[in-house]
This record gives sequence, structure tokens and C-alpha cells, in this order.
Amino acid sequence: MSEPYKSSTDLERAPVIEPGHTFGTVTEKISAIVLTRPASNGWFVGFGIAFMLTMMMLFAIGYLFLKGIGIWGVTIPIGWGFAIVNFVWWIGIGHAGTLISAILLLLRQSWRNSINRFAEAMTLFAVAAAGIFPAIHVGRPWLAYWLFPYPNTMGVWPQFRSPLMWDVFAVSTYATISALFWFIGLIPDLATLRDRTEKPWLRIIYGMLSFGWRGSARHWHRYETAYLLLAGLATPLVLSVHTVVSFDFAVGIVPGWHTTIFPPYFVAGAIYSGFAMVLMLAIPIRKIYGLEDFITERHLQNSAKVMLATGLIVAYGYGIEAFMGWYGGDRYDAFTLWNRLHGPYAIPYWMLLTCNIFIPQVLWIRKLRTSPAALFVISGVILVGMWLERFIIVVVSLHRDFMTSSWGMYYPTRWDWMTYIGTIGMFLAAMFLFLRILPAISIFEMRTLLPEAEVKE
Amino acid sequence: MKRDPIYGIMAEFDSATALVEAARKTHLAGYKKIDAYSPFPIEGLAEEIGSRNDVPIVVLIGGIVGGLTGYLMQYWMSAVDYPLNIGGKPYHSWPAFIVITFEMTILFAGVSAVLGMLALNGLPMPYHPVFNVPRFALASKDRFFLIVFSSDKKYDPAATRKFLESLDPRSVSEVPS
Repeated sequence: MSEPYKSSTDLERAPVIEPGHTFGTVTEKISAIVLTRPASNGWFVGFGIAFMLTMMMLFAIGYLFLKGIGIWGVTIPIGWGFAIVNFVWWIGIGHAGTLISAILLLLRQSWRNSINRFAEAMTLFAVAAAGIFPAIHVGRPWLAYWLFPYPNTMGVWPQFRSPLMWDVFAVSTYATISALFWFIGLIPDLATLRDRTEKPWLRIIYGMLSFGWRGSARHWHRYETAYLLLAGLATPLVLSVHTVVSFDFAVGIVPGWHTTIFPPYFVAGAIYSGFAMVLMLAIPIRKIYGLEDFITERHLQNSAKVMLATGLIVAYGYGIEAFMGWYGGDRYDAFTLWNRLHGPYAIPYWMLLTCNIFIPQVLWIRKLRTSPAALFVISGVILVGMWLERFIIVVVSLHRDFMTSSWGMYYPTRWDWMTYIGTIGMFLAAMFLFLRILPAISIFEMRTLLPEAEVKE
Repeated sequence: MKRDPIYGIMAEFDSATALVEAARKTHLAGYKKIDAYSPFPIEGLAEEIGSRNDVPIVVLIGGIVGGLTGYLMQYWMSAVDYPLNIGGKPYHSWPAFIVITFEMTILFAGVSAVLGMLALNGLPMPYHPVFNVPRFALASKDRFFLIVFSSDKKYDPAATRKFLESLDPRSVSEVPS
């Protein structure tokens, strides 16, 4: 973190920070968004819409609690509908934040310093949106706490041999560690805001939140160690989370689920969709708040390259699934493949292939990798594609399993859609608030990237 | 004992290089109770002023405790307290317990890293005497500070001030406690 990263100021590539910035200008520019810049009408409109969608979600969930999950489209055999599709989609989006903040930190990719803060915020809000779904889909959501091993009057314990229990631990650990990592990263910047603000009440709030951070060398020393160790812990954690999510499927015997390719291709897909969301957020944010100096062409390019790479891993996963269906000799697996290509859900499957595999190949073109507008559109396409992937995995695998007598179809209801779109609103509302009350770019890590941060012997 | 009205003497510097240089000289001059403040982490600065970092051992202990807790919890619940036959699997089906053991290891180690770092740093501490120096607000922006505490054995109001002034700082000020 404190190394000057000489390699990152490569002359041929776009810089991580535009030249001419000093400690002072970096500090002022980022903290001004929070402290002095008035909220624009656009912000109020955007936040208002997102807030209304959040209310719609709460309404849909409230009605669900009144009536039960019969208001949803889930039936037997498709007992896992939108709730699980959306859960997997959201938790996958969160993964890019941890990848950027932890894995790229360990790999000393200093360009991450200008996007890690809001990517981590994105992780938190995405995990919060994801966490809603398993809790409300259990049928009697007021008893969801039964999932935790607490001493109870029934005298029984959870069933630890089930991947669903593993999921509870994986996701709750992930949420906790992500929140800690994010908050620890914020402490020095909260101290900066405390020292910059002119409002006494704000100084007290930021002062308390910063724990009285004063930038002592001994504190920095332990801080950096803790930060690095957290990154080292978060790295296997993030890989384990989507692996465990894929176990929810892979440990079952349903054709289309029971496959060993699931863990790696779920993780790659998670990072794929997560980077798409990072770009969809970063592109408008850098434009509106004039942060093109900090989130440069280089960041867009690098994110596009990560999407290209993970997209190819996902394509390989689809390929292996199809190959095993054809070559594996299991007639049910072969039928699943045939059913995806020609069955009643063939249109979503071909859309999925188009969105996730065919269209993103345009990222090989350098001109499109550096065009914010093109990247924004492609990212949107990828997010749709990754949502469809989870839809295909959950619904299409379940709707035609071993016996024709138990086949069925899945039709999502308006309540399914309201809950899903509502979580997008909640996610965006949280992002809007985050941009206004906390520094969206890590100020102290940006300082370490400046040439003047280097200690000359 | 009556508390010293002066907490220390603080010098302000313009650059990270100047601060590291000054910290090294001050430490070599025999001052032991000193501290340096900067707006971002500077590699090697903590070593110059003498620092002890126990965060790794705290995290290691946290991780071991977490892993043991995770595994033993599942073993005790599934095999001892309420053995339940699930699909004919052994009560002590250890491969199925690995995932939660792993997650608990990460959880405990991560929480120990954060709480351990804060505790060893003596945080939260919203008030501290160094904040009495008005210019110290710049320590979170673009200035670098070095302080010699009045509790240091070698501390002498006039001599220490003179020494700090010899390091070519931007300014030197007394820190009231």
C-alpha cells in the first residue's frame, strides 16, 4: 500500500492519476463532494426514484408476510424461483468489490486505489440486497433465525451436513468481513473529513466515526498490517462464498446442477457480473462528480479486460456443461442440454449466450474498451446475461427433471418482479446516500500514489 | 503527581522525506518517547521511531480459536448433544464440517485483526492532546509532524525545542496537555 509503484506510471498507458495533483488537491477534490458541494436536482430525482422503488419492495415483502409465498410464481416442481435467482445474482455482484479491494491489493495493483472504496460499498449493499431473499423465501420468515445454532427450548441443532447451512455461515461471514474491511478503510478518511469540515456537529460525528484517528506512525504500522491480513483473509473467503453458493446446487442430484464445474464457473461469473456493475456505477459517477482525473481510462480498460477474461471462463463453463451433457452418457443430463437449446425456455437460453458470450467479445476492440458509453451498454448487457444465467440454472433445471409426470412451468408474478426491482432501488438508494456522506474514493490511498509520497533517501 | 502542563514539543514538516529524516535524527539523538504523524502510511517510519506490532499474533490466535470453535461446535452438536441420523451418514461426518470450520476461522481472524488493531492502537480515543495544536488539522491532509513527549527522560523545554529547530522544520510548537 505504501510502496510508490514505479511500474504503475508506465508511459505508454493512461496514468492512474492525471498529472499535476498534490496531497492538497486530492484531499480537497474528494472531500468537497461530501462537505461543500450542494446536492444537485439530479441527485434528488435519482435518490427519489430509488427510494420509491425501495418502498415498493417493502410493500411487496409486507404483502408476502401477510399472504405467504403463494403470491409468488413458485410451485412444485419449481420451488426455487426468483428468490434464489436474485440471491445468487446479487451476491455475485458483490464479489467484484472484494476482488478489487482485497485480491488486487495483495497483487499490488495500485490502480485499484481509486475504485476500491465505492466497489466495497457496492459489495455491502449488494450483499444486503442478496440477504433479503433467502430470509423471505423460507415460507415462515419470522422463524429464519432457526438457521443459526443457538440454544433453544426444542433442544435441536441445525443440520450441518447441508450446503444450505454452509451458505448461512459463508454469507454472514462475508457480510461481516466486507463491512469491517470497508469501515477500516474509511477510518483515516473520516479523520480527514473531521479536520476539513466547518460545521461543529459534523466534526463531532466524523470525529467519533474516525475513532479519533491521528495518523501516528505506530498506528499506521499496525493499521497496514491489519489491512493486509484482512485482505489475505478476504481473498479465500470471497472464493469460498460463491463456491458454497454453487454447492447449494451442485450437491443436489438434479440434472443441470449435479456437476463439478459449478464452483469455479460460479466464481468467475460472480466477478464477471460484479465488474459490470462497477463500471455501470463508475462511469456515471466519474462524469457527474468530475472525477475523470482519478478514475481514468486506465481503470475502464482494466475492468473491461477483467470482464473479458472472466467472461471467457464463464463461456468455458457453459462449453463443459454442454460437452458433459453430450459425452457423459447420462440421458437426463443429455436431455437437460437438449431442453435448454430447444425446450420452452430456449429463448432465455439463447439470450443468455448472446449477452454473456457473443456480445462481450467486442471488448477485444481497444476503442470500445476505452469508450465509457460503449462500456456502460456492454456492462448492462452482461448484468442481464448473468441474471438470465441464474434463471436458467434454477428454473430450467427444475422444471423438467426425471419423471414427465412432475414437469411444470414457472411464471413469475407481479410480486416477484416488484421484489426484484425493489432491491435494485434499495441498492441504488444506498449508493446515492453513500456518495453524499462518505468519501467515494479512498483519499489516503490516493495520496500514496502521488510522486511526492515517495521517500527519497 | 501533578500532570505536566506541556504534553510535548511538535515540529511540522513539508514532506514525507523530511519527516523520515527528522525522525531518524531525533531517535539517534537519544529521544525515545517520540511519535510521528502523517496523512498516509510511510514505509519504514514506524521502525525509525521504535514500534512494536503485535497484530499478526492476535490474528493467528483469533484464527485458531475460530477454527476450533467452528469444528468443535459442529462435532458436539451433531455427534454428542443431539445425534441425528441424516441419510445414513456418520454422526461425525467431518468432510461436511470443513466449510463452516473454514468460515469461522476467517470470521474470528478478521474480527481479531480489526479489534486487535484498534485495541493495540488505543483507539477509539476521540480526544488527544495533539489536537490542541491548531495546525495539526493538516496532519490528515498534506503536512507531517514529529513530537517529542515531555515524559521522555531527555526532554528539556529549551534544549529539545532547539534540537527540533535544528532539523529545519516549517514550525515548532508546544503541545499543551
